[in-house]
This record gives sequence, C-alpha cells and structure tokens, in this order.
Amino acid sequence: MTPLQILLAGAGALLGLAPAVVALGRSPGARALTYGGALTLCGLTGAVALLSLLGLASPTGDAVLPLGLPWVGARFHLDALSAAFLVVVNLGGAVASFYALGYGRHETEPQRVQPFYLAFLAGMNLVVLAADAFSFLIAWEVMSLASWALVVARHREAGNVRAGYVYLLMASFGALSLLLAFGLLAGPQGAYAFDAMRAHRAAGAVAALVLALAILGAGSKAGLVPLHVWLPLAHPAAPSHVSALMSGVMTKVAVYAFIRIVFDLAGPPDWWWSLPVLVLGGATTVMGVLQALMQQDLKRVLAFSTVENVGVVFIGLGLALAFRAAQLPAAAALSMTAALFHVFNHAAFKSLLFFGAGAVQEATGERDIERLGGLIQRMPQTALAFLGGSLAISALPPLNGFVSEWLTFQAILMSPRLEAWALKLLVPAVGALMALSAALAAACFVRVFGIVFLGRPRSAAAGGARETDLFCRTALLALAGICLVVGVLPGFVIDALAPAAEAAVGGRLPAQVSQPWLSIVPIAESRSSYNGILVLAFIAGSAGMCAAAIHQFASRQTRRGPAWDCGAPDPSPATQYTAASFAQPIRRVFATTLLAAREDVDMPQPGELRASRFQATIGDPIWRTLYAPIAWSVDLAAERLNRLQFLTIRLYLSLVFFALIGLLLVLALWT
Amino acid sequence: MSDLSFDIAHLLAGGLVLISLLMLYQDRLTALINVFAAQAVTLSLSVAWQAYVQQAPHLYVTAVIALAFKALAIPVALHRIIKRLGIHREIDQVVGVGPTMLAGIGLVALALVVMLGVTSEADRLAREDLAFALSVVLLGLLMMITRRNAVGLVVGFMSLENGLVLAAAGAKGMPLVVEISVAFSVLVAFIVIGVFLFRIRERFETVDVAALDRFRGGQG
Repeated sequence: MTPLQILLAGAGALLGLAPAVVALGRSPGARALTYGGALTLCGLTGAVALLSLLGLASPTGDAVLPLGLPWVGARFHLDALSAAFLVVVNLGGAVASFYALGYGRHETEPQRVQPFYLAFLAGMNLVVLAADAFSFLIAWEVMSLASWALVVARHREAGNVRAGYVYLLMASFGALSLLLAFGLLAGPQGAYAFDAMRAHRAAGAVAALVLALAILGAGSKAGLVPLHVWLPLAHPAAPSHVSALMSGVMTKVAVYAFIRIVFDLAGPPDWWWSLPVLVLGGATTVMGVLQALMQQDLKRVLAFSTVENVGVVFIGLGLALAFRAAQLPAAAALSMTAALFHVFNHAAFKSLLFFGAGAVQEATGERDIERLGGLIQRMPQTALAFLGGSLAISALPPLNGFVSEWLTFQAILMSPRLEAWALKLLVPAVGALMALSAALAAACFVRVFGIVFLGRPRSAAAGGARETDLFCRTALLALAGICLVVGVLPGFVIDALAPAAEAAVGGRLPAQVSQPWLSIVPIAESRSSYNGILVLAFIAGSAGMCAAAIHQFASRQTRRGPAWDCGAPDPSPATQYTAASFAQPIRRVFATTLLAAREDVDMPQPGELRASRFQATIGDPIWRTLYAPIAWSVDLAAERLNRLQFLTIRLYLSLVFFALIGLLLVLALWT
Repeated sequence: MSDLSFDIAHLLAGGLVLISLLMLYQDRLTALINVFAAQAVTLSLSVAWQAYVQQAPHLYVTAVIALAFKALAIPVALHRIIKRLGIHREIDQVVGVGPTMLAGIGLVALALVVMLGVTSEADRLAREDLAFALSVVLLGLLMMITRRNAVGLVVGFMSLENGLVLAAAGAKGMPLVVEISVAFSVLVAFIVIGVFLFRIRERFETVDVAALDRFRGGQG
C-alpha cells in the first residue's frame, strides 16, 4: 500500500468506528473502543505521515475515489505540506485519545461524545488530504459539524447551547466563504480539482477576492480577530480532550486551508496580499492575549490564548507572502518555517494546557481560577507538566515556543530587504505588537499558574483535590517532554518542515542538523544563531549551582524575630493575591480603550452601614460594533418577514399569481 | 396542414379561453361546475382534433380521459358535494364581476403578447395553441384568487390544469405518460381537497376558507 492509501484507510476506519461506537452505546467497552481505536489509528497515520514528510516513505501520492461529483470524483493528494499538517493532526489526536482513555471515565453522557470524536478526527484528516474542492468542503463540514456536536454535548450546562449556536453560525459563514473562494478559483469551467485550479491561475480582482474569502473562511475557523467570537465560547464548552483538539489541532487545519488556497492554488502573490494578513495577525495577537489576561475561566483563558497564537502563525504567513512576492525565497522559507513550527508547537503546548485544565476541572469541579489555588501540593505531576506548558507558551527558552517565535522575529528582522514602503513600515510595527503580546502572554501564564497552582486553596474543592489518573498524567508529561525536546533540538524539526515550506513558498532554509553543536542558523552565522543545548546547559548549570550554594552556605539555625503578617498570615485564603488584582495594572493600561474595561466603586456615605462595592467590567467592542448591528438587522428582517407566515390562502395564491404576472410582463416588455 | 384543420384547432382552443372567461363570470357554484364541464368537453374535442391532425392516436386516450374524468366524473362529484354541504345556492365572489372580467381580458392579452413574441420560430398551430393554453392557465389562477369558496378554488385549479393539457396536446411528440400522470395528479388533488372540505365542514360548519384564516389567527 502507498502511504496515501494507508492514510485514507486510517481516516475511513475512524469514520467506520463511529457507527460501531454508537451501537455499543454507554458501555465502558465503547470508551475503550473509541479512544483505543483512535489512538491506534492516529498513531499509525501520524507515523506514516511523518515517514513521508521525512522522505522515508514515498512523499507524494494521488488517489481518485469514485465518490462525489461525477466529473471530478473524490480526489486525494499527499504532499509535504499535507504530511506536515497530518503529523500535527494525528499527534494531537493520538495524545488526546490516550488522555481520554482515563479522562473519558468522568463523562456523564459518553454516547454524546464518542461517535462525534471519531468523526471529528476523520474529518480533520480528510480536509488535509483532499485534492478537490468538493471533497475538501465535505470533509470541512464533517469536521465543523462533528465539533459542533461535541460543543453541545453538555448542552444542559449554562451557556453551552449559545456557544454552539454562535459556533454553528460562524462555521456556516466560514464554509460559505470557502465555497465561494473555490468557486472563483474553479472559474467558469467548473474545474474543481486542485490540479485544474493550479493550471489556470486567478489574476487581478478575482485573486484579491479569493484572498479576502480565504481570510474570511479560514480565518473564522482559525480565530482571527474579528472573526474569533465563537472560539472562546465554543472551545471551553466541549470536554477537555475535545477542547485540546479544537484549539490545538482544528485551528491548524484552518491554517492549512489558508496556506493551501492562498499559497498553492491562488498563485504567485502580489506584495499587498501580505498587508491584510499582517494587520489581522498583529491585531489578533494583542487582542487575544489581552482578553486572555482578563478572563477568570481557566479554559477561556486558554481559548483566548489560542487566538493569540493563531495571530503569531498568521504573522508568519503574512511575512511569507511578502517575501515570496518580493522574490526572496530564503526569507520566505524562514517565515513559512516559523509559521509551521509554531503550528506544531502550539498544537503540543495548547493540548498540554487543555489537558491540565481538564485534570484540574475533574479534580476540583472548578474552572474559575479565583476558586482554585495550592494545587501544586495536591497535583504535583499535573502542576509540573502545566508549568512546562506555561513556560513553552510564554516563549521562554529552552522550550519549543521560544524557537518558533524567535524564528518569526528573525523573519521580521529581514523586513528592510522588502521593497514596498508600506511593508517596510508595517512589518516592524507588527513585530512590536508581537513582542508586546509575547510579554503579555508571559504575564498571562504567570497569572494562571500562580493563581491555580501556588498559594493556598481558595475553595474547599481546591483543598480536597487529588492527583489525576495515570493516563492523564502520562499524556501531560509526554507532551511536556515533546515541548522540551523540540525546544532543545529544533534543528531536526526545521529540517523536517523544510519540504513543507518549500512546497508552499518555493524556497528552503539551509539544513540545520549539520550545523556544529546542533545550533540553528536560519540565515547566516553572522546574523543570529540559537543553540538549545547550550541554553539548557546554562540554565541547568546556573540553577544547580545556585541550589548547591544555598544548601552549602545557608544557615540552618533557627532564628527568632518580631512577628509580621507574612510570618503569621491571616488564615483566610481571601487575603491572597487574586487573578483580578494581578491583571489590574494591565487592565488599566491597555484594556480601558481596547476592551472597554470599566471600574466602578460604590462607596457608602459616612454613617451608612452597607459594605462598599468595587466592580470591574470588561466589554467587547468588537461584538458591540460589528456583530450586534448584524444580529439586530437580521432580527428586524426576520420580524418583518414573519408576517408572511400568517397570510390567508387567497393572499398566498395572489402572491404567486402576481409574481407570475410580473415575470410575464418583464418578458413581454423585454423582447 | 390545411387551413381548415388549423381553423378548427384555433376555434376549439379559442373556445376554451372563452369558456374560461365565462367561468370567471359565474357567481353560483352550480353554474360554475356546469361551465367547467363544458370546458372539459371542449378540451376533449380540442385534444381529439389534435390527435386527428397530428395523426397521434395516443392523444385520443387523453381526449377520452378528459371527457370521462373532467367532463363527467368530477362535475358529478362536485355537484353531489355542494348539495351535501348545502351551498349550491351560495354566491361566491370576492372581487366584482366587472373588474374580474377586465383583468381576465388583460391576462389574455398578456398571454398572447408573451407567447407570440417568444415562439416566433415555432409552427403556426403550436404558437396559437400555446398562447391560448397560457391564457387558460392564467385565467384559472385568477379564478383561484377571486373565489372565497373552497369549491371555487378546486374548479379554478382544474381549469388551470385544462390549460396545461391543451399545451401538452399542442406540442407534438409529448408522450402520453405525462398526460396521464398530470390527469391523475389532478384527480388526487381533487380527492385530497374533497376530503379536506369535509374536514373543514365538520369543524367549522362552513367551507368558507375565511374560517380557516380565523382559526389561524388571521383577520380573514
């Protein structure tokens, strides 16, 4: 069998398992079958995709199945780009399945989750493999609808139904945009196969329209601001292993769709194509991380942080477009590699963080970080893994998040080579936004980790937490290990991604593994290089020496001194630092304008006995200015049209009659 | 085709339109059903003449079907229904006779203008035939919207369908299957609406469709 056949068989088997799981219903066997089967199949397909990405198995392949449109068939194609994304999808899928072997035990209604979980995985695999618009959109819709079903699986919890509704609307909107984009690419002949689209390129206004539609379609699924509104609602609503897949993997499938359409199908870019992508990417990073800083719900923080990371990926893609249009293949390859690397990294650490959030939620029943605390004593291994994920997402060396953001900054530093003045000015500004968001992301995860895992428990539930089960811990620590290894040895990943970047932008970075001491040197030794091993060794060495010095020289003698509050603390956990107070300075500086944050102090008059009140509120200007008017006008139109439902029979007949007469009159007057 | 055969086809099709206009004028249900029967007889004659002219024997079957079902079976059944419902003396018009007739004349003119304009390449007989057929269809629709009584609606609908059969017969090479299916669909619609009438009667003691509107909360 060729790799492509194995991959298709794997996706087909995932789809085929779903009815079997439905038949098994609520039995524990269904859980084992679902997650065990998904683990096996994702592991297999991920391994095959990895082998073909590394060139060990045949890297390309084509298949045409006799399904779908009769003159197109269902076409599938494997190339380096799809292989790279398949690795991300199936790594995420396999780890999530392993995690769910333990986590799924807590599911109250597993029959609402398991079949859709399998269909969701199959849909994501097929989107990446599809090679004609028809199969692409079908797979895309399978992915969307299955994930929608997973979002509303716990439909009795407050807010989940609304989350599902908003998600469904945005998903339909995105699919419609992609449909129109493919329609434009196919041209009047209706050439829906990707090969045929490549053969005759779109140009001028049509290409611009395709770009706009691709941004709308893929961007709404990936969570680009201002199309991100569904994401922070829907991702937390799903069970945690599904949240991890939606945040870590599904947004990446959307990134794949963008790359496939804009870089591959729409043809060689003009320089200005990068403008909207860069602007939206920059806005997305800052808005995402600011919102993440303001949230109290742990999974919501993570969902907004996904928005931020999608922004980072899109900045990389925008740079790749700019450099490719400027005929700078090495810089384009650097930007594309950075974007793909960040795709992989984000899939790893965001899955890890969502798994950690799921473990915390199962252990305490809480998602509100203001009611957690002190979990590092009760869940030490979860805390360790979560700390690793937080460090990685905050882009601290020697973890993987640092490498991809560093590569993106290297690409930003190449911007003086661009010719267009608009880009010369815009790219550094976007770089500043990204730097700001990286710092804010670090603040955000200091806040999350510090409030959730450090300090004293803020509620009885947090005080009674127990360490999570073995499957969950293994999945968490495995992902933390991946984050560390990839961060220390990034050269291997960069080399593995090189063919994918080459497929997208036509250039490739110099081979990194052959560099001395496994450094990475994206452009030239004289400009910049990074060595993960060295940084790790330095951190381990200096930390070890500090610890040794303290143990060696610090006195163990008991000292007596006057009592002060830190020595004899008030036992109430309310005296601790809170998440809201941590975020307050940032809220005052940035969120007052960007998020319409308001603080209201209600101070009683002298002599009044009531307590004073302080209330901090966060608005959402994007929702208010963009979505609320749309919702209002749709409501108005629906209300007006609703009257048509209550006409008499004769009036309905008259409507038909007069419509017919009108059309005939047009015909009579026209000819 | 000889002039005579064309003239006769023209005469019969024109007669169909004329009877449609006559139907618009009838404000009593008994008379309306009688005129509908007369239209069905004319239709069957017209179809039979087409069968003779086009030497298409299967059209005779259509003619017989039209005669048997539309000219005999359905009018007899409708007469029975309105007797059983006790509405055979009721006057049933929403819009006055004068405006309705004017509108009908306007519709015939519109149909002629449209059809003669569109089918300039078709042969003479088919052109005239299609123009008349469209007139009959439009007049049937007009009747449906100017009647208050459900029986009037049914008759209008079947008159509309007569126009369709006329068009089908005029177009050469139209297979019989279609005509039979059309005829049967009308029959089915008639039965359904008939049953529907009795249901209305049981509930509201009237077959006035305004009662349905009141039941649904409309103003009628």
